[in-house]
Amino acid sequence: MIKARKLAYEYIRRDEEGNVEGIIRALDGVDLDVKRGDFVAILGHNGSGKSTIAKEINAILEPTEGTLYVDGIDVSNGEKVWEVRQTAGLVFQNPDNQIVASVVEEDVAFGPENLGVPTDEIHKRVDYALERVEMTSYRKSSPNALSGGQKQRVAIAGILAMKPKCIVLDEPTAMLDPGGRKEVIRTLHELNKNEGITILLITHYMTEVKDADKVIVMDDGKIVMQGTPKQVFSRVDELKAHHLDVPQVTELAYELKKGGINLPDGILTNKEFVDALLGQR
Amino acid sequence: MLRDITIGQYYPAKSVIHRLDPRVKLFATLIFIVSMFLFKTFVGYIVAGIALITVIKMSKVPFKFIVKGLKTIWMLLCFTLIFNVILTDGTILFEWKFIKISIEGIRNAIFMGFRLFFLIIGSSLMTLTTTPNQLTDGMETGLRGLKKIKIPVHEMAMMMSIALRFIPILMEETDKIMKAQSARGADFEEGKLMERIRALVPIFVPLFISAFRRANDLAMAMEARCYRGDNNRTRMNPLKYKKEDGLAYLSLVLYVAILIVADRTLGPIAESPITKLSTSLSAMVHIFNCL
Repeated sequence: MIKARKLAYEYIRRDEEGNVEGIIRALDGVDLDVKRGDFVAILGHNGSGKSTIAKEINAILEPTEGTLYVDGIDVSNGEKVWEVRQTAGLVFQNPDNQIVASVVEEDVAFGPENLGVPTDEIHKRVDYALERVEMTSYRKSSPNALSGGQKQRVAIAGILAMKPKCIVLDEPTAMLDPGGRKEVIRTLHELNKNEGITILLITHYMTEVKDADKVIVMDDGKIVMQGTPKQVFSRVDELKAHHLDVPQVTELAYELKKGGINLPDGILTNKEFVDALLGQR
Repeated sequence: MLRDITIGQYYPAKSVIHRLDPRVKLFATLIFIVSMFLFKTFVGYIVAGIALITVIKMSKVPFKFIVKGLKTIWMLLCFTLIFNVILTDGTILFEWKFIKISIEGIRNAIFMGFRLFFLIIGSSLMTLTTTPNQLTDGMETGLRGLKKIKIPVHEMAMMMSIALRFIPILMEETDKIMKAQSARGADFEEGKLMERIRALVPIFVPLFISAFRRANDLAMAMEARCYRGDNNRTRMNPLKYKKEDGLAYLSLVLYVAILIVADRTLGPIAESPITKLSTSLSAMVHIFNCL
Protein backbone atom coordinates (compact mmCIF):
# COMPACT_ATOMS: atom_id res chain seq x y z
CA MET A 1 0.00 0.00 0.00
CA ILE A 2 2.67 2.45 1.06
CA LYS A 3 6.26 1.87 0.06
CA ALA A 4 9.06 4.30 0.88
CA ARG A 5 12.72 3.88 0.06
CA LYS A 6 15.45 6.13 1.48
CA LEU A 7 12.87 8.86 1.94
CA ALA A 8 14.22 12.24 3.04
CA TYR A 9 12.82 15.69 3.52
CA GLU A 10 14.63 18.92 4.31
CA TYR A 11 13.08 22.07 5.68
CA ILE A 12 15.17 24.98 4.48
CA ARG A 13 15.18 28.01 6.68
CA ARG A 14 15.95 31.27 4.89
CA ASP A 15 16.77 34.73 6.18
CA GLU A 16 15.08 37.86 4.89
CA GLU A 17 17.14 38.06 1.71
CA GLY A 18 16.33 34.46 0.90
CA ASN A 19 19.76 33.08 1.69
CA VAL A 20 19.83 29.65 3.20
CA GLU A 21 20.29 30.01 6.93
CA GLY A 22 20.00 26.43 7.95
CA ILE A 23 18.73 23.09 6.82
CA ILE A 24 16.69 20.83 9.04
CA ARG A 25 16.56 17.24 7.92
CA ALA A 26 13.12 16.20 9.12
CA LEU A 27 13.27 12.82 7.43
CA ASP A 28 16.48 10.97 6.88
CA GLY A 29 16.59 7.77 4.86
CA VAL A 30 13.29 6.24 5.90
CA ASP A 31 12.30 2.82 4.55
CA LEU A 32 8.65 2.15 5.19
CA ASP A 33 6.36 -0.68 4.10
CA VAL A 34 2.68 -0.75 4.93
CA LYS A 35 0.70 -3.72 3.67
CA ARG A 36 -2.91 -3.43 2.50
CA GLY A 37 -5.35 -3.83 5.41
CA ASP A 38 -2.71 -3.27 8.07
CA PHE A 39 -3.08 -1.09 11.15
CA VAL A 40 0.31 0.54 11.54
CA ALA A 41 1.23 3.02 14.24
CA ILE A 42 4.09 5.48 14.13
CA LEU A 43 5.31 6.65 17.52
CA GLY A 44 7.66 9.51 18.14
CA HIS A 45 8.11 12.59 20.26
CA ASN A 46 7.75 16.13 18.91
CA GLY A 47 10.05 16.87 16.01
CA SER A 48 10.81 13.24 15.23
CA GLY A 49 9.62 13.66 11.65
CA LYS A 50 6.41 11.69 11.99
CA SER A 51 4.13 14.48 10.73
CA THR A 52 6.41 15.07 7.77
CA ILE A 53 5.83 11.47 6.67
CA ALA A 54 2.07 12.02 6.80
CA LYS A 55 2.32 15.11 4.61
CA GLU A 56 4.55 13.34 2.10
CA ILE A 57 2.15 10.42 1.82
CA ASN A 58 -0.58 12.94 1.00
CA ALA A 59 1.62 14.73 -1.54
CA ILE A 60 1.41 17.99 0.41
CA LEU A 61 5.19 17.90 0.73
CA GLU A 62 7.36 16.56 -2.04
CA PRO A 63 10.22 14.26 -0.98
CA THR A 64 13.64 15.88 -1.20
CA GLU A 65 15.28 12.51 -1.76
CA GLY A 66 14.17 8.94 -2.13
CA THR A 67 10.96 7.48 -3.51
CA LEU A 68 7.49 7.07 -2.10
CA TYR A 69 4.71 5.03 -3.68
CA VAL A 70 1.11 5.06 -2.48
CA ASP A 71 -0.86 2.16 -3.95
CA GLY A 72 1.64 2.03 -6.78
CA ILE A 73 1.43 5.75 -7.57
CA ASP A 74 4.56 7.86 -7.29
CA VAL A 75 3.71 10.85 -5.07
CA SER A 76 6.26 13.04 -6.85
CA ASN A 77 4.25 12.72 -10.05
CA GLY A 78 2.53 16.12 -10.17
CA GLU A 79 -0.27 14.91 -12.44
CA LYS A 80 -1.41 12.22 -10.03
CA VAL A 81 -1.58 14.41 -6.91
CA TRP A 82 -5.38 14.21 -6.65
CA GLU A 83 -5.35 10.48 -7.16
CA VAL A 84 -2.84 10.09 -4.35
CA ARG A 85 -4.89 12.30 -2.04
CA GLN A 86 -8.03 10.35 -2.76
CA THR A 87 -6.30 7.01 -2.18
CA ALA A 88 -4.66 8.01 1.09
CA GLY A 89 -6.85 10.42 3.05
CA LEU A 90 -5.23 12.56 5.71
CA VAL A 91 -6.84 13.52 9.04
CA PHE A 92 -5.18 16.33 10.97
CA GLN A 93 -4.66 17.11 14.61
CA ASN A 94 -6.95 20.07 15.22
CA PRO A 95 -10.57 19.06 14.65
CA ASP A 96 -11.80 22.66 14.32
CA ASN A 97 -9.33 23.63 11.63
CA GLN A 98 -10.24 20.88 9.21
CA ILE A 99 -14.01 21.17 9.16
CA VAL A 100 -15.03 23.39 6.26
CA ALA A 101 -18.82 23.61 6.30
CA SER A 102 -21.23 24.82 8.98
CA VAL A 103 -23.36 21.68 8.83
CA VAL A 104 -21.99 18.19 9.58
CA GLU A 105 -23.36 16.47 6.48
CA GLU A 106 -22.20 19.26 4.19
CA ASP A 107 -18.72 18.94 5.58
CA VAL A 108 -18.68 15.21 4.96
CA ALA A 109 -19.85 15.95 1.41
CA PHE A 110 -16.98 18.39 0.81
CA GLY A 111 -14.52 15.73 -0.38
CA PRO A 112 -16.86 13.98 -2.85
CA GLU A 113 -18.05 17.39 -4.09
CA ASN A 114 -14.45 18.26 -4.92
CA LEU A 115 -14.02 14.96 -6.72
CA GLY A 116 -17.02 15.70 -8.91
CA VAL A 117 -19.15 12.80 -7.67
CA PRO A 118 -22.79 12.97 -8.89
CA THR A 119 -25.37 14.30 -6.41
CA ASP A 120 -27.21 11.07 -5.55
CA GLU A 121 -23.92 9.21 -5.12
CA ILE A 122 -22.77 11.97 -2.72
CA HIS A 123 -25.88 11.38 -0.60
CA LYS A 124 -25.15 7.65 -0.49
CA ARG A 125 -21.53 8.23 0.48
CA VAL A 126 -22.44 10.73 3.20
CA ASP A 127 -24.97 8.29 4.68
CA TYR A 128 -22.40 5.51 4.58
CA ALA A 129 -19.58 7.59 6.09
CA LEU A 130 -21.69 9.05 8.90
CA GLU A 131 -23.02 5.62 9.78
CA ARG A 132 -19.51 4.13 9.94
CA VAL A 133 -18.39 6.74 12.50
CA GLU A 134 -21.75 6.63 14.33
CA MET A 135 -22.57 10.28 13.73
CA THR A 136 -25.77 9.85 11.71
CA SER A 137 -27.96 11.46 14.36
CA TYR A 138 -25.86 14.63 14.22
CA ARG A 139 -25.97 15.07 10.45
CA LYS A 140 -27.87 18.37 10.56
CA SER A 141 -25.98 19.82 13.54
CA SER A 142 -23.42 22.56 13.52
CA PRO A 143 -19.85 21.29 14.10
CA ASN A 144 -19.49 23.92 16.83
CA ALA A 145 -22.04 22.07 18.94
CA LEU A 146 -20.03 18.82 18.93
CA SER A 147 -17.39 17.54 21.36
CA GLY A 148 -13.77 17.16 20.26
CA GLY A 149 -14.09 13.41 19.75
CA GLN A 150 -17.25 13.86 17.70
CA LYS A 151 -15.63 16.54 15.54
CA GLN A 152 -12.69 14.28 14.87
CA ARG A 153 -15.09 11.49 13.87
CA VAL A 154 -16.78 13.90 11.47
CA ALA A 155 -13.35 14.65 10.01
CA ILE A 156 -12.77 10.92 9.57
CA ALA A 157 -16.18 10.61 7.91
CA GLY A 158 -15.18 13.42 5.56
CA ILE A 159 -12.19 11.36 4.43
CA LEU A 160 -14.21 8.14 4.36
CA ALA A 161 -16.71 9.69 1.93
CA MET A 162 -13.87 9.99 -0.58
CA LYS A 163 -13.60 6.17 -0.52
CA PRO A 164 -9.90 5.98 0.31
CA LYS A 165 -7.95 2.74 0.50
CA CYS A 166 -5.84 4.08 3.29
CA ILE A 167 -6.32 6.71 6.01
CA VAL A 168 -3.34 8.50 7.52
CA LEU A 169 -4.01 10.22 10.84
CA ASP A 170 -1.57 12.82 12.11
CA GLU A 171 -1.97 12.88 15.90
CA PRO A 172 -5.76 12.81 15.71
CA THR A 173 -6.17 12.52 19.47
CA ALA A 174 -3.65 15.09 20.69
CA MET A 175 -6.31 17.72 21.39
CA LEU A 176 -9.00 15.41 22.76
CA ASP A 177 -10.05 14.38 26.24
CA PRO A 178 -9.57 10.72 27.26
CA GLY A 179 -13.17 9.84 26.34
CA GLY A 180 -12.87 11.36 22.86
CA ARG A 181 -9.53 9.64 22.39
CA LYS A 182 -11.04 6.22 23.02
CA GLU A 183 -13.96 6.94 20.66
CA VAL A 184 -11.60 7.85 17.83
CA ILE A 185 -9.27 4.89 18.31
CA ARG A 186 -12.21 2.48 18.49
CA THR A 187 -13.65 3.95 15.30
CA LEU A 188 -10.31 3.44 13.55
CA HIS A 189 -10.10 -0.20 14.57
CA GLU A 190 -13.64 -0.79 13.35
CA LEU A 191 -12.87 0.78 9.99
CA ASN A 192 -9.75 -1.32 9.73
CA LYS A 193 -11.53 -4.56 10.61
CA ASN A 194 -14.92 -4.11 8.92
CA GLU A 195 -14.05 -2.03 5.86
CA GLY A 196 -10.53 -3.32 5.31
CA ILE A 197 -9.10 0.19 5.20
CA THR A 198 -5.39 0.48 5.83
CA ILE A 199 -4.74 2.74 8.81
CA LEU A 200 -1.54 4.61 9.51
CA LEU A 201 -1.87 6.18 12.96
CA ILE A 202 0.69 8.75 14.00
CA THR A 203 0.70 9.53 17.69
CA HIS A 204 2.78 9.94 20.78
CA TYR A 205 0.47 8.07 23.13
CA MET A 206 1.75 4.53 23.58
CA THR A 207 -1.52 3.21 25.02
CA GLU A 208 -3.30 4.00 21.74
CA VAL A 209 -1.15 1.72 19.66
CA LYS A 210 -1.31 -1.46 21.72
CA ASP A 211 -3.77 -3.10 19.32
CA ALA A 212 -1.91 -2.14 16.15
CA ASP A 213 -0.48 -4.80 13.85
CA LYS A 214 2.86 -3.07 13.73
CA VAL A 215 4.52 -0.26 15.64
CA ILE A 216 7.24 1.96 14.25
CA VAL A 217 9.22 4.26 16.52
CA MET A 218 10.82 7.33 14.98
CA ASP A 219 13.39 9.68 16.34
CA ASP A 220 15.38 12.39 14.61
CA GLY A 221 13.93 11.62 11.19
CA LYS A 222 14.91 7.96 11.30
CA ILE A 223 13.10 4.75 12.09
CA VAL A 224 14.72 3.48 15.26
CA MET A 225 12.53 0.56 16.31
CA GLN A 226 9.81 -1.52 14.70
CA GLY A 227 7.86 -4.66 15.38
CA THR A 228 4.67 -5.84 17.04
CA PRO A 229 3.49 -3.77 20.03
CA LYS A 230 4.69 -6.47 22.46
CA GLN A 231 8.15 -6.58 20.92
CA VAL A 232 8.54 -2.83 20.94
CA PHE A 233 7.11 -2.17 24.37
CA SER A 234 9.32 -4.73 26.06
CA ARG A 235 12.32 -2.49 25.33
CA VAL A 236 11.43 0.16 27.92
CA ASP A 237 14.93 1.63 28.29
CA GLU A 238 15.26 2.18 24.56
CA LEU A 239 11.81 3.81 24.36
CA LYS A 240 12.74 6.18 27.14
CA ALA A 241 15.97 7.04 25.37
CA HIS A 242 13.82 8.15 22.42
CA HIS A 243 11.85 10.51 24.69
CA LEU A 244 8.62 8.52 24.67
CA ASP A 245 6.28 8.53 27.64
CA VAL A 246 6.17 4.96 28.78
CA PRO A 247 2.94 4.12 30.69
CA GLN A 248 3.50 3.68 34.42
CA VAL A 249 2.33 0.04 34.51
CA THR A 250 4.65 -0.87 31.69
CA GLU A 251 7.57 0.67 33.49
CA LEU A 252 6.64 -0.93 36.82
CA ALA A 253 6.29 -4.34 35.21
CA TYR A 254 9.59 -3.85 33.44
CA GLU A 255 11.38 -2.92 36.65
CA LEU A 256 9.80 -5.83 38.53
CA LYS A 257 10.91 -8.16 35.79
CA LYS A 258 14.44 -6.84 36.01
CA GLY A 259 14.20 -7.47 39.75
CA GLY A 260 13.61 -11.15 39.12
CA ILE A 261 9.84 -11.48 39.06
CA ASN A 262 8.61 -13.57 36.18
CA LEU A 263 6.28 -11.28 34.19
CA PRO A 264 5.51 -11.29 30.46
CA ASP A 265 6.99 -8.63 28.17
CA GLY A 266 5.26 -5.43 27.11
CA ILE A 267 2.46 -5.09 29.67
CA LEU A 268 0.43 -2.02 28.73
CA THR A 269 -2.75 -1.97 30.81
CA ASN A 270 -3.53 -2.25 34.51
CA LYS A 271 -5.69 -5.29 33.81
CA GLU A 272 -2.92 -7.17 32.02
CA PHE A 273 -0.57 -6.36 34.90
CA VAL A 274 -2.99 -7.54 37.58
CA ASP A 275 -3.73 -10.73 35.66
CA ALA A 276 -0.04 -11.41 35.23
CA LEU A 277 0.64 -10.83 38.92
CA LEU A 278 -2.26 -13.08 39.95
CA GLY A 279 -0.94 -15.73 37.62
CA GLN A 280 2.26 -15.78 39.66
CA ARG A 281 0.75 -17.84 42.45
CA MET B 1 -20.89 36.79 26.62
CA LEU B 2 -19.35 37.10 23.18
CA ARG B 3 -20.79 33.75 22.28
CA ASP B 4 -24.35 34.97 22.40
CA ILE B 5 -23.96 37.08 19.27
CA THR B 6 -25.89 35.58 16.38
CA ILE B 7 -24.76 35.99 12.83
CA GLY B 8 -27.18 37.67 10.54
CA GLN B 9 -30.69 37.95 11.85
CA TYR B 10 -32.38 34.79 10.68
CA TYR B 11 -35.84 34.28 12.15
CA PRO B 12 -36.62 30.56 12.05
CA ALA B 13 -40.20 29.81 11.00
CA LYS B 14 -41.97 27.49 8.61
CA SER B 15 -43.42 29.60 5.85
CA VAL B 16 -43.63 29.72 2.08
CA ILE B 17 -41.18 32.61 2.07
CA HIS B 18 -38.66 30.64 4.13
CA ARG B 19 -38.96 27.72 1.74
CA LEU B 20 -38.36 29.78 -1.40
CA ASP B 21 -35.16 29.29 -3.34
CA PRO B 22 -32.57 31.84 -2.11
CA ARG B 23 -32.01 32.93 -5.71
CA VAL B 24 -35.65 33.98 -5.95
CA LYS B 25 -35.39 35.96 -2.76
CA LEU B 26 -32.16 37.66 -3.80
CA PHE B 27 -33.54 38.59 -7.19
CA ALA B 28 -36.89 39.71 -5.77
CA THR B 29 -35.18 41.96 -3.23
CA LEU B 30 -33.12 43.52 -5.99
CA ILE B 31 -36.22 44.12 -8.10
CA PHE B 32 -38.10 45.50 -5.12
CA ILE B 33 -35.30 47.98 -4.45
CA VAL B 34 -35.25 49.05 -8.09
CA SER B 35 -39.05 49.33 -8.13
CA MET B 36 -38.80 51.91 -5.36
CA PHE B 37 -37.48 54.34 -7.96
CA LEU B 38 -40.00 53.54 -10.67
CA PHE B 39 -42.97 55.54 -9.42
CA LYS B 40 -43.69 59.18 -8.73
CA THR B 41 -47.14 59.37 -7.18
CA PHE B 42 -48.44 58.10 -3.88
CA VAL B 43 -50.45 55.38 -5.62
CA GLY B 44 -47.09 53.67 -6.14
CA TYR B 45 -46.47 53.74 -2.42
CA ILE B 46 -49.80 52.12 -1.77
CA VAL B 47 -49.09 49.31 -4.26
CA ALA B 48 -45.58 48.72 -2.85
CA GLY B 49 -46.94 48.88 0.69
CA ILE B 50 -49.64 46.30 -0.02
CA ALA B 51 -47.09 44.01 -1.67
CA LEU B 52 -44.72 44.33 1.27
CA ILE B 53 -47.44 43.69 3.85
CA THR B 54 -48.60 40.58 1.97
CA VAL B 55 -45.06 39.16 1.94
CA ILE B 56 -44.58 39.96 5.62
CA LYS B 57 -47.85 38.20 6.49
CA MET B 58 -46.80 35.18 4.40
CA SER B 59 -43.37 35.02 6.02
CA LYS B 60 -44.83 34.67 9.53
CA VAL B 61 -42.13 36.98 10.90
CA PRO B 62 -43.70 39.23 13.54
CA PHE B 63 -43.80 42.88 12.46
CA LYS B 64 -42.16 43.97 15.73
CA PHE B 65 -39.17 41.83 14.91
CA ILE B 66 -38.79 43.46 11.51
CA VAL B 67 -39.06 46.99 12.86
CA LYS B 68 -36.26 46.19 15.31
CA GLY B 69 -33.95 46.20 12.33
CA LEU B 70 -34.81 49.85 11.72
CA LYS B 71 -33.25 50.96 14.99
CA THR B 72 -29.77 51.07 13.55
CA ILE B 73 -30.72 53.37 10.68
CA TRP B 74 -33.00 55.62 12.68
CA MET B 75 -30.47 58.47 12.54
CA LEU B 76 -30.02 58.16 8.79
CA LEU B 77 -33.77 58.31 8.32
CA CYS B 78 -34.08 61.48 10.44
CA PHE B 79 -31.24 63.21 8.60
CA THR B 80 -32.78 62.42 5.23
CA LEU B 81 -36.10 63.82 6.35
CA ILE B 82 -34.62 67.03 7.75
CA PHE B 83 -32.44 67.69 4.72
CA ASN B 84 -35.30 67.05 2.37
CA VAL B 85 -37.52 69.48 4.22
CA ILE B 86 -34.88 72.20 4.37
CA LEU B 87 -33.19 71.91 1.04
CA THR B 88 -36.09 71.55 -1.39
CA ASP B 89 -36.99 74.72 -3.27
CA GLY B 90 -40.61 75.63 -3.79
CA THR B 91 -43.41 77.62 -2.28
CA ILE B 92 -42.17 78.71 1.07
CA LEU B 93 -44.42 78.07 4.03
CA PHE B 94 -42.17 79.21 6.75
CA GLU B 95 -38.83 81.02 6.79
CA TRP B 96 -36.38 81.69 9.58
CA LYS B 97 -32.83 82.82 8.83
CA PHE B 98 -31.41 80.20 6.43
CA ILE B 99 -34.13 77.64 7.13
CA LYS B 100 -36.82 77.60 4.49
CA ILE B 101 -39.64 75.10 4.71
CA SER B 102 -41.62 74.57 1.55
CA ILE B 103 -44.68 72.52 0.71
CA GLU B 104 -42.66 70.55 -1.83
CA GLY B 105 -40.03 69.92 0.83
CA ILE B 106 -42.52 68.36 3.21
CA ARG B 107 -43.96 66.27 0.42
CA ASN B 108 -40.51 65.10 -0.66
CA ALA B 109 -39.52 64.29 2.90
CA ILE B 110 -42.58 62.17 3.53
CA PHE B 111 -42.13 60.30 0.26
CA MET B 112 -38.41 59.78 0.76
CA GLY B 113 -39.01 58.58 4.30
CA PHE B 114 -41.44 55.93 3.12
CA ARG B 115 -39.13 54.96 0.31
CA LEU B 116 -36.25 54.30 2.71
CA PHE B 117 -38.57 52.56 5.14
CA PHE B 118 -39.77 50.19 2.41
CA LEU B 119 -36.23 49.60 1.16
CA ILE B 120 -34.92 48.58 4.54
CA ILE B 121 -37.89 46.44 5.47
CA GLY B 122 -37.77 44.75 2.07
CA SER B 123 -34.13 43.82 2.31
CA SER B 124 -34.19 42.81 5.97
CA LEU B 125 -37.13 40.57 5.17
CA MET B 126 -34.75 38.62 2.95
CA THR B 127 -32.08 38.19 5.64
CA LEU B 128 -34.78 37.32 8.17
CA THR B 129 -36.09 34.44 6.11
CA THR B 130 -32.85 33.09 4.62
CA THR B 131 -29.94 31.51 6.53
CA PRO B 132 -26.50 32.91 5.73
CA ASN B 133 -25.57 29.57 4.21
CA GLN B 134 -28.53 29.59 1.85
CA LEU B 135 -27.66 33.14 0.90
CA THR B 136 -24.10 32.17 -0.04
CA ASP B 137 -25.42 29.22 -2.00
CA GLY B 138 -27.93 31.43 -3.75
CA MET B 139 -25.29 33.98 -4.66
CA GLU B 140 -22.93 31.34 -5.98
CA THR B 141 -25.48 29.72 -8.27
CA GLY B 142 -27.42 32.88 -9.04
CA LEU B 143 -24.38 34.87 -10.08
CA ARG B 144 -22.72 32.02 -11.97
CA GLY B 145 -22.97 34.03 -15.17
CA LEU B 146 -20.52 36.59 -13.80
CA LYS B 147 -17.75 34.01 -14.05
CA LYS B 148 -17.59 34.72 -17.76
CA ILE B 149 -16.36 38.22 -17.03
CA LYS B 150 -13.71 36.83 -14.66
CA ILE B 151 -15.47 37.55 -11.38
CA PRO B 152 -14.47 34.75 -8.96
CA VAL B 153 -18.00 33.98 -7.79
CA HIS B 154 -17.24 30.52 -6.43
CA GLU B 155 -14.18 31.70 -4.51
CA MET B 156 -16.11 34.58 -3.00
CA ALA B 157 -18.92 32.27 -1.91
CA MET B 158 -16.41 29.80 -0.46
CA MET B 159 -14.73 32.61 1.47
CA MET B 160 -18.05 33.75 2.83
CA SER B 161 -19.09 30.30 3.99
CA ILE B 162 -15.71 29.69 5.63
CA ALA B 163 -15.97 33.05 7.38
CA LEU B 164 -19.41 32.05 8.66
CA ARG B 165 -18.00 28.78 9.95
CA PHE B 166 -15.10 30.43 11.76
CA ILE B 167 -16.79 33.48 13.27
CA PRO B 168 -18.11 31.57 16.31
CA ILE B 169 -14.74 29.84 16.76
CA LEU B 170 -12.83 33.11 16.69
CA MET B 171 -15.38 34.70 19.04
CA GLU B 172 -14.81 31.92 21.53
CA GLU B 173 -11.09 32.40 21.13
CA THR B 174 -11.36 36.16 21.77
CA ASP B 175 -13.30 35.36 24.91
CA LYS B 176 -10.56 32.97 26.04
CA ILE B 177 -7.75 35.43 25.32
CA MET B 178 -9.61 38.21 27.14
CA LYS B 179 -10.02 36.01 30.18
CA ALA B 180 -6.37 34.99 30.07
CA GLN B 181 -5.28 38.62 29.86
CA SER B 182 -7.66 39.71 32.64
CA ALA B 183 -6.28 36.95 34.82
CA ARG B 184 -2.89 38.58 34.40
CA GLY B 185 -4.23 41.99 35.39
CA ALA B 186 -5.28 43.52 32.08
CA ASP B 187 -8.13 45.98 32.43
CA PHE B 188 -10.58 46.38 29.56
CA GLU B 189 -13.43 48.10 31.34
CA GLU B 190 -11.88 51.25 32.75
CA GLY B 191 -9.70 54.11 31.63
CA LYS B 192 -9.89 56.72 28.91
CA LEU B 193 -10.72 55.89 25.33
CA MET B 194 -7.08 55.74 24.22
CA GLU B 195 -6.15 53.56 27.16
CA ARG B 196 -8.95 51.18 26.37
CA ILE B 197 -7.96 50.98 22.74
CA ARG B 198 -4.40 50.28 23.78
CA ALA B 199 -5.63 47.52 26.09
CA LEU B 200 -7.09 45.76 23.07
CA VAL B 201 -3.71 45.28 21.40
CA PRO B 202 -2.77 42.26 23.55
CA ILE B 203 -6.06 40.69 22.47
CA PHE B 204 -5.79 41.28 18.76
CA VAL B 205 -2.18 40.22 18.33
CA PRO B 206 -2.69 36.65 19.60
CA LEU B 207 -6.06 36.50 17.85
CA PHE B 208 -4.50 37.39 14.50
CA ILE B 209 -1.67 34.93 14.94
CA SER B 210 -4.06 32.13 15.77
CA ALA B 211 -6.35 33.09 12.88
CA PHE B 212 -3.44 32.84 10.45
CA ARG B 213 -2.44 29.50 11.89
CA ARG B 214 -6.00 28.24 11.53
CA ALA B 215 -6.13 29.51 7.96
CA ASN B 216 -2.93 27.64 7.16
CA ASP B 217 -4.25 24.42 8.72
CA LEU B 218 -7.57 24.74 6.95
CA ALA B 219 -5.94 25.35 3.59
CA MET B 220 -3.90 22.20 4.02
CA ALA B 221 -6.93 20.19 5.13
CA MET B 222 -8.89 21.43 2.12
CA GLU B 223 -6.10 20.44 -0.23
CA ALA B 224 -5.88 17.05 1.42
CA ARG B 225 -9.56 16.65 0.59
CA CYS B 226 -8.88 17.37 -3.06
CA TYR B 227 -10.22 20.92 -3.13
CA ARG B 228 -9.13 22.55 -6.38
CA GLY B 229 -11.49 25.46 -6.71
CA ASP B 230 -14.41 25.26 -9.04
CA ASN B 231 -12.98 22.65 -11.40
CA ASN B 232 -15.67 20.09 -12.13
CA ARG B 233 -17.10 20.34 -8.65
CA THR B 234 -20.52 18.87 -7.90
CA ARG B 235 -22.91 19.73 -5.11
CA MET B 236 -24.60 17.58 -2.51
CA ASN B 237 -27.66 19.82 -2.42
CA PRO B 238 -27.74 21.72 -5.70
CA LEU B 239 -30.34 24.47 -5.82
CA LYS B 240 -33.36 23.44 -7.83
CA TYR B 241 -36.32 25.62 -8.72
CA LYS B 242 -39.65 24.32 -7.44
CA LYS B 243 -43.19 25.20 -8.45
CA GLU B 244 -43.55 27.86 -5.78
CA ASP B 245 -40.38 29.55 -7.01
CA GLY B 246 -41.95 29.93 -10.43
CA LEU B 247 -45.07 31.38 -8.82
CA ALA B 248 -42.89 33.79 -6.88
CA TYR B 249 -41.22 35.00 -10.07
CA LEU B 250 -44.65 35.41 -11.67
CA SER B 251 -45.96 37.48 -8.77
CA LEU B 252 -42.83 39.57 -8.93
CA VAL B 253 -43.49 40.41 -12.59
CA LEU B 254 -47.12 41.12 -11.76
CA TYR B 255 -46.10 43.41 -8.93
CA VAL B 256 -43.84 45.50 -11.15
CA ALA B 257 -46.50 45.66 -13.89
CA ILE B 258 -49.27 46.72 -11.50
CA LEU B 259 -46.96 49.24 -9.87
CA ILE B 260 -46.08 50.97 -13.14
CA VAL B 261 -49.56 50.85 -14.61
CA ALA B 262 -51.26 52.08 -11.43
CA ASP B 263 -48.71 54.83 -11.00
CA ARG B 264 -49.10 56.07 -14.59
CA THR B 265 -52.91 55.84 -14.86
CA LEU B 266 -54.37 56.23 -11.39
CA GLY B 267 -51.55 58.36 -10.09
CA PRO B 268 -52.32 61.67 -11.81
CA ILE B 269 -56.04 61.37 -11.05
CA ALA B 270 -55.46 60.60 -7.40
CA GLU B 271 -52.85 63.30 -7.15
CA SER B 272 -55.06 66.04 -8.54
CA PRO B 273 -56.78 66.90 -5.23
CA ILE B 274 -53.38 67.12 -3.61
CA THR B 275 -52.04 69.30 -6.39
CA LYS B 276 -55.12 71.51 -6.11
CA LEU B 277 -54.63 71.71 -2.36
CA SER B 278 -51.02 72.67 -2.67
CA THR B 279 -51.68 75.28 -5.37
CA SER B 280 -54.42 76.84 -3.27
CA LEU B 281 -52.13 76.65 -0.26
CA SER B 282 -49.34 78.39 -2.13
CA ALA B 283 -51.80 81.01 -3.37
CA MET B 284 -52.82 81.61 0.20
CA VAL B 285 -49.23 81.91 1.29
CA HIS B 286 -48.64 84.33 -1.55
CA ILE B 287 -51.57 86.52 -0.52
CA PHE B 288 -50.49 86.32 3.09
CA ASN B 289 -47.01 87.44 2.15
CA CYS B 290 -48.34 90.35 0.10
CA LEU B 291 -50.38 91.61 2.99
